[in-house]
Amino acid sequence: MKLKTFKHGSHPKEFKEFAEHKLLETLPIPDEVFIPVTQHIGAPCKPCVKKGDEVKTGQLIAESAGFVSSNIHASISGKVKAVAAFPHPNGSKSIMIHIVGDGNDEWIETEKVSDWEKLGKDELKKLISDAGIVGMGGAAFPTHVKLSPPKDKPIDTFIINGCECEPYLTADHRMMAEQTEKMVLGTKILMKVLDVKNGYIGIESNKPDAIEIMEKAIAGENTISVVPVQVKYPQGAEKMLIKAVVDKEVPTGGLPMDVGAVVNNVGTAIAVAEAVIEGKPVVERVVTVTGDAINEPKNVIARIGTPFSKLLEYCGGLKPDTRKVLMGGPMMGVAQYSLEVPVVKATSGILCLSTDSVPEIKEYACIMCGKCVEACPMFLLPTRLSKAVSKEKYEMAEELGIMNCIECGSCSYVCPSNLPLVHQIRIGKLKINEKNKK
Amino acid sequence: MESLIYAVLSMGGIGLFFAVLITLANAKLKVEEDPKIELVNDLLPGANCGACGLPGCGACAELMVKGEVGLSACPVADDDSKDQIGKLLGLSHEAGEKDVAVVLCQGGLKNVSIKADYDGVKTCLGSTLVSGGERQCAYGCLGNGDCCVVCSFDAIHMGEDGLPIVDREKCTGCGKCAEVCPRDIIEMHKESHQVFVLCKNQDKGKAAKEACKVVCIGCQICVKKDESGGFTVKNFLASVDHSKYGSNPELPTDKCPTNAIVNVVRASE
Repeated sequence: MKLKTFKHGSHPKEFKEFAEHKLLETLPIPDEVFIPVTQHIGAPCKPCVKKGDEVKTGQLIAESAGFVSSNIHASISGKVKAVAAFPHPNGSKSIMIHIVGDGNDEWIETEKVSDWEKLGKDELKKLISDAGIVGMGGAAFPTHVKLSPPKDKPIDTFIINGCECEPYLTADHRMMAEQTEKMVLGTKILMKVLDVKNGYIGIESNKPDAIEIMEKAIAGENTISVVPVQVKYPQGAEKMLIKAVVDKEVPTGGLPMDVGAVVNNVGTAIAVAEAVIEGKPVVERVVTVTGDAINEPKNVIARIGTPFSKLLEYCGGLKPDTRKVLMGGPMMGVAQYSLEVPVVKATSGILCLSTDSVPEIKEYACIMCGKCVEACPMFLLPTRLSKAVSKEKYEMAEELGIMNCIECGSCSYVCPSNLPLVHQIRIGKLKINEKNKK
Repeated sequence: MESLIYAVLSMGGIGLFFAVLITLANAKLKVEEDPKIELVNDLLPGANCGACGLPGCGACAELMVKGEVGLSACPVADDDSKDQIGKLLGLSHEAGEKDVAVVLCQGGLKNVSIKADYDGVKTCLGSTLVSGGERQCAYGCLGNGDCCVVCSFDAIHMGEDGLPIVDREKCTGCGKCAEVCPRDIIEMHKESHQVFVLCKNQDKGKAAKEACKVVCIGCQICVKKDESGGFTVKNFLASVDHSKYGSNPELPTDKCPTNAIVNVVRASE
């Protein structure tokens, strides 16, 4: 049977072998954590602790500031040493809450729910919102916002994103294989909140073990089904996944809710289950530490705020010829200049690449081959967008739909002239946003 | 021989026909334009730099003649040509001093610490998207020369040290470089203002020192030493108020412990 997929896209080499079959390990509690108040799309949180305060694990330390925002909780127990600016993995310096641990990992009292099915939709949504759950796939969009579609947009499809189309990353794969029960539970909770009868779990076919385990786990359910999808990048982008699973196209400039769909990541579903059943906020996440420049690639459950250096140390340290360390995968990840940046809610992986994997590349002129056009999953013309931006013709770029670019990196990946297409497009988007603000 | 004559006659005939047509069209379809516009246009610098915010000198000349913009619309034209335009249009013009771009950063490759290799799009704006480029200082020059590209007067160049150098003679004060700089380290100042705090770093002393050797650490020495009260320190960064400080070049620049306060004219000599 031909597997479902979307049109266009690219086929980067997978490199999943580094950590694909490494079982989840829990990182020992770190001595200190740096917890940024900006870990999500939307308004930065307001810190509600100050220097010198004692905090317990799971305690609210920064409150959500608005609807599109998400609470932040202490990930270890100890004393707040500072609320100040430290390097953030997004490249800027931002306000973080620096907690020095007491080594006890003493939790706040959490409310455990024995029978979640008795809770109403709004109660469940409040639990999810209070727990600070955001999209754990990497975009970090607050989940409670996704679960509150406007009344004129009825939702009939719910999809769990288990594609993990980024090369190297294996966090979602391991979670599906090892935290299956929690994931199915989280899916059911999310479906109840949305009042949806059609649930799908989209998994790329390069994870046959995960597909098998998931199929067994949902054997008794008649509202959830597993949909194996073709291995292609960016299959895990929500618009592409909706196209593959239910064959609906999100309109230009629209959101998945415009076609009645909501997509959530595997990690998000697990976090939802933990928040509802155990009353546990987002204080840890699975991070894939991988690449050819790390001694022991692993899938690690790490506390939010743990410095990257601690994680790398746990994984045997970096090899001497390390050239690049990224947060996230090679296609959309962010290059880091410091290893003291903390794990945030969006850190799906830490990718360490050696000199061999990051060859020096030379740019050539565009030869108009059109490979980028064929690769673009949003049906844009990356080469023309990039040229328009480099010539500062921002109106032209806007007309060509630059704002619809999802920055997946397919165009830059396939370009035989090594042109930094996505980088140019991002510059254009920045300029256009600046102009529109004025 | 005969065919030659036919050819000359027919080509000549066609030529004559179109010449008459064009002459008629020229007379019939003529657009009346104020002759002053062309005169003003000739007096404007003609660089089409865009500092007036209009598409080129021609557009500026047209609006000047219409009286929609004043003489000050063009920051580039010198006093001489402004006087002539003023006479032509019956506008008065106050002779002023020209502005010159000043690069408020000394974070060249000699002074600033390097945090990473940057191999993305080689523009300043591009590097702001990737952790702010190669240099440690989050306030200083990015070194990719967006300011040099945008200058229509060949007045700003990237020095060997990776810092732009302004040619104060050639600079016309159009302000394009200041506009394009993503870190806002280029500012326009009167030509007679010579002493500046060449730093924008607002970090505390220790963090600032780690980023760059020639950095303002907010030590307040300039505030104490300068009696005119021209220096103030805010957010660990000194700034100079030229209205109080005047343009006295004799005031001490050598008191700054990090050499962040510089007389830009003397330094370039």
